[in-house]
Amino acid sequence: MEKKQLAAAAASLVQDSAVTEGLQFVEITVSPENLVKVVSALKFNRETALDLLVSLTGMDWGTDLGIVYHLRSTEFNHMLVVKTRVSDRENPEIDSLCPVYKSAEFHEREVYDLLGIKFTDHPDLRRLFLDSTWGFPLRKDYKDDINILGK
Amino acid sequence: MEEAVKSVVPENEEYVINMGPQHPSTHGVLRLVVSLKGEIVQNVQPHIGYIHRGIEKMCESMTYPQIIHLTDRMDYLSAHINNEAVCLTVEKALGIEVSDRVKYIRTILSELTRIQSHQLFWATFGMDLGALTCFFYGLRDREKVLDIFEETCGGRMIVSYNAPGGLMNDIHPNFQKRTKEFIKYFRKTIHEYDDLLTGNVIFQERTKGIGTVTREDAIAWGMTGPVGRASGFSCDIRKHNPYSAYDRVTFNEILYNEGDTFHRYKVRMDEMLESMNIIDQLIDNIPEGPWTEKMKPVIKLPEGEYFQSVETARGELGVYIVSDGNKYPYRVKFRSPNFVNLAPLNIMSKGSKIADLVAISGSLDLIIPDIDR
Repeated sequence: MEKKQLAAAAASLVQDSAVTEGLQFVEITVSPENLVKVVSALKFNRETALDLLVSLTGMDWGTDLGIVYHLRSTEFNHMLVVKTRVSDRENPEIDSLCPVYKSAEFHEREVYDLLGIKFTDHPDLRRLFLDSTWGFPLRKDYKDDINILGK
Repeated sequence: MEEAVKSVVPENEEYVINMGPQHPSTHGVLRLVVSLKGEIVQNVQPHIGYIHRGIEKMCESMTYPQIIHLTDRMDYLSAHINNEAVCLTVEKALGIEVSDRVKYIRTILSELTRIQSHQLFWATFGMDLGALTCFFYGLRDREKVLDIFEETCGGRMIVSYNAPGGLMNDIHPNFQKRTKEFIKYFRKTIHEYDDLLTGNVIFQERTKGIGTVTREDAIAWGMTGPVGRASGFSCDIRKHNPYSAYDRVTFNEILYNEGDTFHRYKVRMDEMLESMNIIDQLIDNIPEGPWTEKMKPVIKLPEGEYFQSVETARGELGVYIVSDGNKYPYRVKFRSPNFVNLAPLNIMSKGSKIADLVAISGSLDLIIPDIDR
């Protein structure tokens, strides 16, 4: 499907969410409370059929934390990016995508470990790499005394 | 049951053992906490992070040419392909089109990398299942590929031969000759692999019908590479989103529908033949041209987000770079194939014997530094 068509198909599915044609992929920005609804609509719709979660990236945009989801359709081979952000840095919470994509389970544990974003309704939310005494290293305000590279 | 035996078996007959972190069949420091009933696996929880180096965080304080050297160390058996992934992303962001010569050389080296990775898979998979001879045969042939790498790239495993805009250097004058010699040699030798292991009755009994994954599960868990293709999930990036010179060669995507351990093994065996076909089509036609584009000494990507996937020997490696216009990236994410393929180990091995767990995790061809990053 062409990028324009995909953007139009996605826009008809997701009301009150911003759909833009980004540099590479169509991008949708959703609020955390609509996330699961929007993503399952994108997955189960016949035109978009985004059934593969390629990548799930935790982001720290300075003031906000958030997630970038790269979704792909195995049938039509198009890709789409969904973004969501939360401004609460102390106790950030986003709904888990595990009910929609099983592969989200490990990805979300990684994000929880490195960025401290909690995923509600996650079946097994534990730290993945680090032990509980560490901070959240991928946050931009993380103080790293060991890294000799520092900017 | 004898009294003495009864006293050590707990009430519900379930017990927990640690497989790893130091276990010969986990190929590195992977710890699997296995819950068993007799020798039937009830639950497997992977514990990872023993060699977590924070590569994504380190990337944030490194320039783009420096990052390339970190990617070698993730999946060290697909080192060249990992380099290529970062280079393609940087080139895409800068709008640079590399010369055909670079594209051809990159593709040939990627396929050689895939062959040597699958050779080592075959060697260690045989060893995991108790066929020690495979290890010697596999390493014997792999050595020949590593010699080609050494001559052209300078490194044997950790090659770092790609650079943004091209290559580190031109190929060695002997490169084409030696590669052709290797292909000729390996075409004659590869039947030994089948003679030794594939047709072996014990091997087939231990792998056929073990750890079956359906196509729906493979997609739901995001399993890519040979693991996904053995379940009938057509996920070859080389075919679906061709990069470098893959759009100029004809090759088959290996697909099986069985989804068991044996067919995950079979996909890799067939892929080695396909890789040799790809190299055959390119090796005599490397066009003349510059081996690198003119690059600025300090590479700054324009503000934005860039994503590129490549097909490594283990599946889809996605590189996601967010740039704020500086010479350092704002955020780098590697979507590594092993990390995603490890997650469904629990559902694959539930209900099978503990010895089958070794076969199943072996057939995933896990590289632990790629999981931890």
